[in-house]
Formats: sequence, structure tokens, C-alpha cells
Amino acid sequence: MPFGQGRGGGRGRGDKKVGDKEKGQRRTLFRRRKVCKFCADKIDDINYKDVKLLGPFVPERGKVLPRRISGTCAMHQRKLQVAIKRARQIALIPYVTD
Amino acid sequence: MADRQYELVYILPPDTTEQQVTELHGQVEAVVSRMNGTFDKTENWGRRRLAYEIGPHKEGVYLLDVINGTGDLMKELDRRLKVMDQVIRHMIVRVDEEKNVVERTQTTRRTKSERRRVKRGLPPQRQPGEGRPAGDMDESDDDRFDGVEV
Repeated sequence: MPFGQGRGGGRGRGDKKVGDKEKGQRRTLFRRRKVCKFCADKIDDINYKDVKLLGPFVPERGKVLPRRISGTCAMHQRKLQVAIKRARQIALIPYVTD
Repeated sequence: MADRQYELVYILPPDTTEQQVTELHGQVEAVVSRMNGTFDKTENWGRRRLAYEIGPHKEGVYLLDVINGTGDLMKELDRRLKVMDQVIRHMIVRVDEEKNVVERTQTTRRTKSERRRVKRGLPPQRQPGEGRPAGDMDESDDDRFDGVEV
């Protein structure tokens, strides 16, 4: 019966969830809480000339590091994005690197 | 109308001599002064590696000018820089508005903290040796992006 099967599957998933939870707990032990670097360090001006500041947000490939990884807040990510795009125009930061 | 502030960054080929740099800067200056603009700051960053090749060049001499002037001035300057073939890349950015925002946030933050400190019966300014030492915050930034998958 499909219904029964569904339930079985549900239980199966439930079991998996327990496993995930354990993993999650282990993760929280290791992972540091992500905070916006610019809020924490009180950096008001995200300038396109400051390559040192922008560098960590542009990984090897040359893409902008997403917010979910860097933990940057929405406002600062927006400013960062503008700064990175400006820096790219004057060849301070690459558009792409293969 | 009040003048606006712009930043002009331009890149010259790496084999440009001092003399050529000053000559080119003279041309920029001529345009600026003719259209009633003023220089706030001029910087020469010297030779830098370009992040990507622009034409045949892998390096370039970076020059920065902070100019107070009208939009028409910058338009003219932009047009001229486009024509100059010694300039391999240039960019004009308006900065006065952002500057004001930054100043405002800094002053509000300062006044807020001063008010809080006074309420707590402390002197408004931070005393030397108070709080965490400066080096304390400096944990290596590299591990904050651990597990990066892009």
C-alpha cells in the first residue's frame, strides 16, 4: 500500500534525522558562529581601493563569496559587492581566474 | 550648485617614465582647472601587477586623483581619457555621498557610545588600557570560511 510505504519511508527519514542531529551537534562544537566582519570590526567604509580588505571575499575562482559562507550581513554584502565590482574594473581584482 | 567630489583612477603602461606621468597629469590638470575644478588629493601608487591582462600589459602604473568639480567636468575628462591611448584603463567614481554617510555613521556611533559611557559614570572617551587589548581581536581570519564550496 502506498500509504504504508510512505509511512515506512517517513520512519526511515526519521531515523536519518537522528543521525543528522548528532552530526549537527558535532558540527556546532566545531563551527564558530558566523558574524559579519564589517559589523564586528566596525568598518564603515568598504572601499574599492582596499584590496587587502576585499581579498578574503574573492576566492580563487574570482567570484564574490556568498553571504551564507562569509556570514556578512545584507547591508555590508551589498556594499562589498559594489566595491568588488569597482575593483575589478581597474584590474585590482580579477573577473575570473581559471 | 555645490561641487561634487569624484575619484579618478587611471592606469598607464608600466614602461611610462616619470616625465610622461607628469605630462599626462598636466593634461588632466589643464582640463580640471579650465572647468573650474580643484584637486583634493593626488596619489601615485606606482607600478602594480594587474589582476588580468589589459591588451599586452600585465603591469601598470596606477594614478589616483580626487577632484572636486561638476558632472560636466568629469564627463569631459572621461571623454578625453577615453581618447588618450597612453591610458590603458580609467574609472571615475563619485565619492562625496558615500563619504557623508560614513562620516554620519561614525559620529552617531561615537555620540551613542559617549552617552552610554556617561550614563555608566565613565568618562566619555575610552581610556588607554581599558577594554580588550588591540591584538586580541586578531584571530586568524582564514578559518572563518572553512568548508568553502563555491
